[in-house]
Amino acid sequence: MLGAISLLSFILISNSPIDPVRSYIGADMMLVSPEQRQQIAEYWGLNESKTSQFFHWVKAVSQGDLGTSLLYRVPVTDVIAERFLASLALMAVAWGLSGLFGFILGSIAGMKQGSWLDRFIKGYCFILASTPTFWLGLVALMAFSVWLGWFPIGLGSPAGMLAEDVTLFDRLKHLVLPALTLSIVGVANVALHTRQKLVEVLNSDYVRFAKAKGEKGFSLYWRHGLRNISLPAISLQFASFGELFGGAVLAEQVFSYPGLGQAIVQAGLEGDVPLLLGIVLFSALFVFIGNLLADVFYRIIDPRIRAEGNYE
Amino acid sequence: MRINRASHKQEEGTHFRSSRLLEVTDFALSFTTYTGGLKETTEQAIKKLDMTIDTGEIVAVVGASGSGKSLLANAILGMLPANATVSGLIKYKGKALTLQDQVQLRGTEIAMIPQSVNSLDPLMKAGKQVRTMIKGKNKKEKQREIFAAVGLDEKVERNYPFQLSGGMARRVLIAIAMVSSAELIVADEPTPGLDEQALEDSIRPIRLLADQGKGVMFITHDIGTALRLADKIVVFNDGKTIETANVKDFYGKGEALRHPYTKQLWNALPQNGFHTP
Repeated sequence: MLGAISLLSFILISNSPIDPVRSYIGADMMLVSPEQRQQIAEYWGLNESKTSQFFHWVKAVSQGDLGTSLLYRVPVTDVIAERFLASLALMAVAWGLSGLFGFILGSIAGMKQGSWLDRFIKGYCFILASTPTFWLGLVALMAFSVWLGWFPIGLGSPAGMLAEDVTLFDRLKHLVLPALTLSIVGVANVALHTRQKLVEVLNSDYVRFAKAKGEKGFSLYWRHGLRNISLPAISLQFASFGELFGGAVLAEQVFSYPGLGQAIVQAGLEGDVPLLLGIVLFSALFVFIGNLLADVFYRIIDPRIRAEGNYE
Repeated sequence: MRINRASHKQEEGTHFRSSRLLEVTDFALSFTTYTGGLKETTEQAIKKLDMTIDTGEIVAVVGASGSGKSLLANAILGMLPANATVSGLIKYKGKALTLQDQVQLRGTEIAMIPQSVNSLDPLMKAGKQVRTMIKGKNKKEKQREIFAAVGLDEKVERNYPFQLSGGMARRVLIAIAMVSSAELIVADEPTPGLDEQALEDSIRPIRLLADQGKGVMFITHDIGTALRLADKIVVFNDGKTIETANVKDFYGKGEALRHPYTKQLWNALPQNGFHTP
């Protein structure tokens, strides 16, 4: 899978109008003669065939060398590591919050199906599900940063401050709005799916039977609902790693939050090929891990899947 | 087998005094549905149903599929869909049941053996499903006792429903009814499609319940099984109870049976020559 993704993105990039030499030199273009440019191209192996370029790159990657970022002039792995930590905090908070609240809201709506509370939650989710992340981000910025002044407008830490002076509190303060935006959008999806599944479970034979046995209310939900509805919620939640990543790109852009999402946008716009490829590979890996985790949890929760595995 | 059980019943009769458990009089049930937009139609599912169940008695309700038998079970437990309208009287221990009573009595006084084996929670082990219905201490021991009584191996308690055979799952469902303190058991078609051995294994514990003094309503379309198990047969057709007959009235060519439909049912059995009019 990783091979296919790297091949695909490599083809896309090598056919894009980005001239690596030009983007490397940047503003100094005027000062560099065509001969010098030729030399750089040769030094980088740009005159070789696309295939051999690709294999060079793959060989380097397999040795853990993703190349050097043209924008930051440091190894790509370092950029990813640094940016990913910032993004990870953001995504983890958003992911956790949206999963938790989505599940709770969905459960409430499902248990009270047809009530005004259910309609309210459902309506809320439909509105959110159709709200673009960046728009919500802008609204949040306007409301909380500009009007109320509770949170900073952007960046990951206060501007003009030395890195070692930035406190954890500062970082958290900068994290709140982007995380909030991301999780609010994420809630809708999980809540609606959880509600749907719970309604289904509540109409199942075993819940009808449980009611016939006199079980009701919360103990019914706890005993028979929770485990049965957690499966789709979990698969959705882990499969949403990809969406989360996409959402993070937008949210980080709106909030100028220095995460991986922002880095990939810059890399794309300014033709930083090694960084772009590196992040693409990394995010593919990230989504892959998400799906893998979902499978692992499935096995833990559902004995039927466990048993299937044993027969194989 | 019938004769054996009849004498067995008499013996039991000396141990406890039989009393009226459930009395259904003039019971009718209809559904209101909207067809083609706003046109309201009422469908009469049960027109007139009368029956009684005494303690220690198994009363079979026999009727064709789709004759509204299962609705009766749900009506007694107060678990009808919202668009159902009922009339008539359901009395439990001499007291007319309200919906609140029914909710209250579910699982404590009235238990159900459901029709579908999917009624077991797919993600809970069989033993635990039985144990959650046990009140008080020593749950594990009680559950094992019950499992032995219905002929289930001890290791079955650690199995999930998907690991059980149809017959085993049925017996787990029966075990759940047995551990509850319920005095009235409503068994909704608990024995469909079982082979001879599994059938025998499933109806034995039901008989056991009645012998403990519980009243059992045994809903089925299979008159053969009903005759083996029950004390009384309520014949139900076209939304109405046609006849309540004692099991001992089913003999010969059905001379003791009053209603022609009951006679037809009896004579259509394989051992009676498949006679159809």
